[in-house]
Amino acid sequence: MDLSRRQFFKVCGTCAGATSLAMLGFSPNEALAEARTFKLAHTTETRNTCPYCSVSCGVLLYSLGDGSKNAQAAIIHVEGDPDHPVNRGTLCPKGAGLLDFIHSENRLQHPEFRAAGSDEWQRISWDEAFTRIARHMKDDRDANFIENNDTGETVNRWLSAGMLASSAASNETGWLTVKMARSLGLVALDNQARI
Amino acid sequence: MATLDIQARSATTTPSPGVRQQLDVAKLIDISKCIGCKACQVACMEWNDLRDEVGHNTGSYQYPPDLNSKSWTLMRFYEVEPEPNRLEWLIRKDGCMHCVDPGCLAACPAPGAIVQYSNGIVDFNQDHCIGCGYCIAGCPFDIPRLAEIDQKAYKCTLCSDRISVGREPACVKTCPTGAITFGSKSDMLTHASTRVADLNSRGFQNAALYDPPGVGGTHVMYVLQHADRPELYGLPKDPTISPMVELWTGLAKPLAIATMAFVGFASLFHYVTKGPNSVSKEIEKEEEEKA
Amino acid sequence: MTNHWVDIKNADLIIIMGGNAAEAHPCGFKWVTEAKAHRGARLIVVDPRFNRSAAVADVYAPIRSGSDIAFLGGVIHYLLSNDKIHHEYVRNFTNAAYLVREDFDFNDGIFSGYDADKRQYDRETWDYQLGDDGYVQIDDTMTHPRCVHQLMKQHYSRYTPEVVSNVCGTPKEDFLKIAEMIAETSATDKVMTILYALGWTQHTTGSQNIRSMAMIQLLLGNIGRVGGGVNALRGHSNVQGITDMNLVTNVLPGYLRLASDKEQDFQGYLDARSPKPLRPNQISYWQNFPNFWVSLAKAFYGDAATPENNFCYDWFPKLDQPYDVLHMFERMHQGQMNGFISQGFNPLASVPCVRKVHEGLSKLKYLVVIDPLVTETSEFWRDMGDYNEATPADIQTEVFRLPSTCFAEEAGSYSNSSRTLQWHWKAADPPGDAKTDTGIIAGIFYGLRRLYEQEGGAFPDPIVNLSWDYDHPLEPSAEDLAREFSGSALVDVADPKDPTQTLAKAGEQLSGFGQLRNDGSTACGNWLYCGSWSEAGNLMAKRGTNDPSGLGFYPDWGYTWPANRRVLYNRANCDMQGQPWDPTRATIHWNGQQWVGNDVPDMRLTAAPEEDVGPFIMHPDGVGHLFALKSMAEGPLPEHYEPFETPLGVNPMHPDNPLALNNPATRIFPNDREQLGGPDEYPYVATTYRLTEHFHYWTKNVLLNSILQPSQFIEMGEELAAEKGIKNGDQVKVFSKRGYIRAVAVVTKRLRGLAVNGRTVHTIGIPIHWGFIGVAQKGYLANRLTPFVGDANAQTPEFKAFLVNIEKIPTTTAV
Repeated sequence: MDLSRRQFFKVCGTCAGATSLAMLGFSPNEALAEARTFKLAHTTETRNTCPYCSVSCGVLLYSLGDGSKNAQAAIIHVEGDPDHPVNRGTLCPKGAGLLDFIHSENRLQHPEFRAAGSDEWQRISWDEAFTRIARHMKDDRDANFIENNDTGETVNRWLSAGMLASSAASNETGWLTVKMARSLGLVALDNQARI
Repeated sequence: MATLDIQARSATTTPSPGVRQQLDVAKLIDISKCIGCKACQVACMEWNDLRDEVGHNTGSYQYPPDLNSKSWTLMRFYEVEPEPNRLEWLIRKDGCMHCVDPGCLAACPAPGAIVQYSNGIVDFNQDHCIGCGYCIAGCPFDIPRLAEIDQKAYKCTLCSDRISVGREPACVKTCPTGAITFGSKSDMLTHASTRVADLNSRGFQNAALYDPPGVGGTHVMYVLQHADRPELYGLPKDPTISPMVELWTGLAKPLAIATMAFVGFASLFHYVTKGPNSVSKEIEKEEEEKA
Repeated sequence: MTNHWVDIKNADLIIIMGGNAAEAHPCGFKWVTEAKAHRGARLIVVDPRFNRSAAVADVYAPIRSGSDIAFLGGVIHYLLSNDKIHHEYVRNFTNAAYLVREDFDFNDGIFSGYDADKRQYDRETWDYQLGDDGYVQIDDTMTHPRCVHQLMKQHYSRYTPEVVSNVCGTPKEDFLKIAEMIAETSATDKVMTILYALGWTQHTTGSQNIRSMAMIQLLLGNIGRVGGGVNALRGHSNVQGITDMNLVTNVLPGYLRLASDKEQDFQGYLDARSPKPLRPNQISYWQNFPNFWVSLAKAFYGDAATPENNFCYDWFPKLDQPYDVLHMFERMHQGQMNGFISQGFNPLASVPCVRKVHEGLSKLKYLVVIDPLVTETSEFWRDMGDYNEATPADIQTEVFRLPSTCFAEEAGSYSNSSRTLQWHWKAADPPGDAKTDTGIIAGIFYGLRRLYEQEGGAFPDPIVNLSWDYDHPLEPSAEDLAREFSGSALVDVADPKDPTQTLAKAGEQLSGFGQLRNDGSTACGNWLYCGSWSEAGNLMAKRGTNDPSGLGFYPDWGYTWPANRRVLYNRANCDMQGQPWDPTRATIHWNGQQWVGNDVPDMRLTAAPEEDVGPFIMHPDGVGHLFALKSMAEGPLPEHYEPFETPLGVNPMHPDNPLALNNPATRIFPNDREQLGGPDEYPYVATTYRLTEHFHYWTKNVLLNSILQPSQFIEMGEELAAEKGIKNGDQVKVFSKRGYIRAVAVVTKRLRGLAVNGRTVHTIGIPIHWGFIGVAQKGYLANRLTPFVGDANAQTPEFKAFLVNIEKIPTTTAV
């Protein structure tokens, strides 16, 4: 064995620094190494789809509780759906991190309002939010709706308001949104597909 | 896993109780398929309920910069030119190799703090860990890390909790490209040979398996495009258990017994004056210098 | 995607260009690694950056951002001049043999019909020669000087390997090697697939980038083929679905184009969208447009839509021009908008030129933000110092911020890039008072409807009559909505072949768009989704894992539009006798009586091969369009134009024609043109992109992802870094005419200077993921730098090629 000077000191350090009583024939007297308990054993599994990119990987959401009335489900783990033909259980770093999206500290919890000129949010109720938004929209639409253009053609459009719809929302949301938007005469309408 | 599944344990002179031989498991990491997406890093932290720090970019895709007690695996990025004007971006998932002859286990002075299951997994039991850091010195791959919060050593468990119920490790399951695969060691060796053949057909004449004999082989293996130059990937060429560890387990053991009383006193004194981690920090520092 | 994710495993050659599949779609990219491992497929990556896709590629070649058409034009030239095309396919399945009008012309970068003042073309001459029978004239020998094949040969004769290298900066030998590999797939038993994404769309020539590759795939006979196709890897989880639902200014659900002001006559509107076949025996499937449109109108307005009122044709808005997102923010900036709803969208971060967007938002009266997360848009008024300069007291916009559920807390369907609709189920309640998106839309709409019912107002009819027949009107369930867009019979629908038979009874769900009618007897919110919820139930929720063909079609997993078909144009997978070009990759075939096979035939089932019904059934001529006719704004054949901010100051293809410097048909607003920089002040090409660790601007709110890529950086090559005295890890400032960002410099071998038109062009890479909100380190929105100009057809902003300068921030002042 060819020891450098430095390694020699290290070996000495190893000897002197040892705090073990093992050399006297000691052995641990309790369970040697119990692997951590499998944390999903009795969780509830729900099939879902990753909301990020358009691969739309199948995910399994594991939540606490078995659906009993008094138990509020809380998601504790997310894993790929092994049956899914495309991802076959795999998930990319985004999908694998979904748990922290669900529980992000930046999730919005309550309707809020920022008044003109203000530098803060104030919490409002859903009723108040819907009532005030509807009032804004109606006043705007009533004042600016164009039934006929300059040449008298029927056009029925509303140009002073616009909407960007979400490409991360479901088809069902998209369908309800397009119904609302077009019934109002909105044409300034777009979504992330453009971007 | 039950006691009977244990094949070896640290600092223990009584025989291991293991009478059962489980299937030898292995993880194969094919670097030629790895896109460095870090899904394995996320899956590892998520499964193990760990969250590393949100730091700052230091001029690299690699983050965190090194393994630590909360990041048990890490993508290491290497921009290399194995031949002139042929750029390759080699990305290696670093983490515990689960050696057949684990240097950490040999070096560990705490009874039962490191165990080896009969399926090949080398696991740390923090209940028995004394925070000395010798496992770090003993590891030829520089893997274990001490946590600041509890001064215990941590590393990849190969998801022993998942494997014990028949699931693959979290990193294996998540890997989008199939760069990480898992199964019996013999199946992984077969799989590796087909991967090497494919790489040969693409002009990588030196592609081969990395399953270093100096540590008795490993339960985490790599397929390397340039197996003749593992240093391109930050891997040691011929890893062996360091001489000091061999000294410790061989020559130093009687010495230690002979000086037991003194050692007990000295270590107490050491703890009081310098805290429990100073020796290991010195070793860590030297390891860093060496690297 | 014309094909689907798993089908990538069936390719022999995969080219990734205009995208970065490994980073942006890792789990889809797995099928690339499968093709490599199990078919021995080769992977080519062409990109300005040696990215993570390139890390596992067999061949990588660099290209100057914004020069893709030159590269692809060079490939077309290579295929035509070396006769590496799939002859039988090209002759029968494309318009190569079709004759084009004599007065169609191309002169030094400009096609016939250009109006330089309007920056628009009169596309009259971009058309076929028609015979007296109303059909297109054809020369099967493809030698007629006016046939598309000859016009293409002539057009692309200029795109020699030398020109490609000069314009793109791609070394000539790299280009030739790639062209040769591509050309090999002209063989009937070799198939190539192309995977692209925003790297092609986010240019002022974006649509033509894609068309160029579509033309290559047609020449090679690779469209409709298993393992082939033209595959757009789309962005968001449901960007395909929301596109299909057409939350888009000028289209109604199912790609039914909205009427223009001029189209006051209902029948005229329908006729204009129902083209007659241009060749004998062709299907021209858009002839069904009236069935689709009337069924849509019935889904909107129910009993109020009657034949007498043209099914409420006038209730749908008419367009004088499109109001896409760029136009929207231009008008907002001009103070012409009062209100704005942002649903799951963060325009302050995602729309070009943050300063302009910020000024626009500040001029609104009210802004409604619906989102599960805090976004920069909802806090645009907040003073965040350097990251967001704002004086709240001066901003009079009222902002409402409404918390929505996220995917885990709601049921519904997403349509992925493979066009597969997949249902998902709720796993937990949302945090706090958060509400489903449908509950929020319903809440706003009900508020409005109540006001219109109480007060009257401007044209209330569509609002008070909008069909709203849901079990829970204030929070319609996903199930109710899905049944509605899938469609149902309002009265018994008779079988046209045998009127004594009923295809669907009144009240029943329809089984497919073939059952839709133009007489008001059916209602369907989106013809493409018709049958996704049939009498058999919710087919989107199917989770069958069988794959009988072994080709990865999984016909019982979810529901794929149209008609559960996995590969579009799959008739083209077969030869003229109706048998597969490659029997090992067979989908459908002609069995003597009808089309049968592993996939749903994209063909009339009884159309015998000798009837010569073309595979591109949506086209009136039934064939794939090498010559695009009038469908593209800037010409029927793609031509290279420089980005609006070009590092060259000249189009090397047309150095003497300033009209042909940039895309001649691109719309640019005057104040945005003033905001364009030139190469003297801003000498480097910048390109923005995504990293695999993050998703747009969401995951900076996600701890796990913020750990992986915690703080903002840019990438630059070693050569440029040395020139600018910048070391790896230094803080730098990158600035364009429109703004600046500060970030850490990652100095890399993976970006290099390219020799272009006699100079060296350097590229600076700008990942986009940071902002002034999030659990990641704060950063600068990358769109502070980008120009407010989009593609001439799609108006997708030119995020991929613009000009910047860079300087090191002295250590003492680094932030």
